[in-house]
Amino acid sequence: MASDKSKLGFYLLLAPLLLWLVMLIILPHVGLFAVSISEKVGIREYETGFGNYAVFFNEPLYWRTFARTAFMSILTTVLTLLLGFPIAYYIAKLTRGRTKTTLFLMCMIPFWVSELVRTYGWMILLRETGVLSNALQYAGVINGPVEFLYNDAAIMVGLVYTSILFMIVPLVTTLDSLDDSMIEAGYDLGGNGLTILREIVIPHAMPGIVSGCIVVFMLSLGNYLTPILLGGKDSLWFTGMIYSQFITRFNWELGSAFGFLLLGLSSAVVYLGLKFSGQSLSSTMGR
Amino acid sequence: MTATADLECKMLTKDFKNFRAVDHVSFDVPQGSFFSILGPSGCGKTTLLRMIAGFQFPTSGDLLIKGKSMIGVGPNKRPVSMVFQHLALFPMMNIGENVGFGLRQRGVPKSEIAARVARVLARVGLPGIEERRVDQLSGGQKQRVAIARCMVLEPDVLLLDEPLGALDLKLREHMKIELKALQAEFNTTFVYITHDQSEALVMSDNIAVMNKGRFDQIGTAKELYFEPANAFVAGFVGDANRYEGKVTAVNGSVVSVVTDGGISLHARAASERPEVGTLTQIFVRPEAIQLSLTKPDVADGLNTSERIVDSVLFNGANSLAILRNVTSGETMNVALPQTGAFLGLQKGDTVFAHWNPDQARSFPVEP
Repeated sequence: MASDKSKLGFYLLLAPLLLWLVMLIILPHVGLFAVSISEKVGIREYETGFGNYAVFFNEPLYWRTFARTAFMSILTTVLTLLLGFPIAYYIAKLTRGRTKTTLFLMCMIPFWVSELVRTYGWMILLRETGVLSNALQYAGVINGPVEFLYNDAAIMVGLVYTSILFMIVPLVTTLDSLDDSMIEAGYDLGGNGLTILREIVIPHAMPGIVSGCIVVFMLSLGNYLTPILLGGKDSLWFTGMIYSQFITRFNWELGSAFGFLLLGLSSAVVYLGLKFSGQSLSSTMGR
Repeated sequence: MTATADLECKMLTKDFKNFRAVDHVSFDVPQGSFFSILGPSGCGKTTLLRMIAGFQFPTSGDLLIKGKSMIGVGPNKRPVSMVFQHLALFPMMNIGENVGFGLRQRGVPKSEIAARVARVLARVGLPGIEERRVDQLSGGQKQRVAIARCMVLEPDVLLLDEPLGALDLKLREHMKIELKALQAEFNTTFVYITHDQSEALVMSDNIAVMNKGRFDQIGTAKELYFEPANAFVAGFVGDANRYEGKVTAVNGSVVSVVTDGGISLHARAASERPEVGTLTQIFVRPEAIQLSLTKPDVADGLNTSERIVDSVLFNGANSLAILRNVTSGETMNVALPQTGAFLGLQKGDTVFAHWNPDQARSFPVEP
């Protein structure tokens, strides 16, 4: 009896999670998948098949945008890591007490504002009549106003800015757990800054690096707002394609297929990233 | 013996923002000896060790290793290695990579690294464990791997920062002997810091007692124990009963003192002879006091008193009896010899305590 009761309690506690998973994640995906494998052959006439996926592979614009999105997201991840690692190292190892809290908070503060507002902030800075253009003209570096928006660099800046916090937080946590005496021992045994970074600090921080990279990569790949606003009409971000299939073209079948391709892509890249770094999902996400 | 000592400190001083951690410390350590720095926590011994290792730079003074000044030389360029308090073995590497780390930094060829790692691991008694992970080793094994990781670089001086502190009592006792044996095996100069006097006394050739940033005394274990230079050393090294009183007479080297409780005690003056009437303190080791159930027949009759047992603290060979003087109420710790004569000693019993004035020391009370 007692075990029955505790079992009931277990399932009741599990119920919200199961409801969430089934109703909001699994069911919609099953539905989307069903839509993605139905081809429209006439008015209200559908056939089951992989025609929508074939459309993707036969239209260069689609798969090139797809590849471009993947490449740009990986580049964002790498840039975020290169930029975030020194910041995280500084916060975790070279400051203590109040300074540490203050610096950590300063990384956090921009995220109290909505992403939309932050992106508009970048538009104010980068547009033709914006702060950067005016400052450079004032300094005499450029003669006329220059448009810094609506190119890949602007997208990159926006994406790195949006996601760097998600890199810094796991990095600070793992670097914090590295005992200072490990670094001192490295120096004591004749190591220099570079070898200690390579042989001690980075291997120790690997779970943090990988979990930060996974989060940043997924955020960039699935980002819609930043590429569209900062990249303009020509941003060619895959989420934009999905949007236009669903909303503009009203082609839900193709849009669903695109959605599944994006899901497959992110899973594949995360899987490969884990394989190459020798980490497992539980060791990186379990912290 | 070489003419130059392996490690030599000259008037070494380290100032922090508002206090002096190390205050004009001078000493030298001859090649192949085991030198301990013993002191209570906060006495500056860790700062001193970190200066020798190169993690901190002295405010003034000079530090020489094999006759070469180390001022301005970074920790990775010094011929010293350090065994850290928590050993700091790299968990991301296996044992072989850990021990080979220093050799890799020096650009030693791979095959030679493997051979030297195998050799040093065999010397510390752990052959063939290169492939194991750090967390698969026991505390004592980690200790030996940490020493091997330093010794493979053949340093001139090995620094040890209380490496036994984290071990349990049994293992600590065992590692004391082991460390001493390893030191003899490698014939390398060891500089060992600890707050545990028994570690220092058992292992060292020479011990420096450090207090408030200064060296109070440097000497062998026996010298520190039997001829302490000042009251701090007498109180810190070994156990001692301490009494304070006024000097009533000085007879040769023997000082007679009357305590506040009115008891007359006699001890040998440690250094200069005190003036009659000055305040002085007397230290008597618990094991220097003889107990007897009957009034002892001692020629001079000095330092003999009748006492009541306050309590008996049984601790095997280290058993103590706390005796109270009936008239003054002062207590005294006396080592209980476990020869059977005092097995039945109980609270409330009357015994006679006696010690030879030569076994006790008197020091002036510092104002």
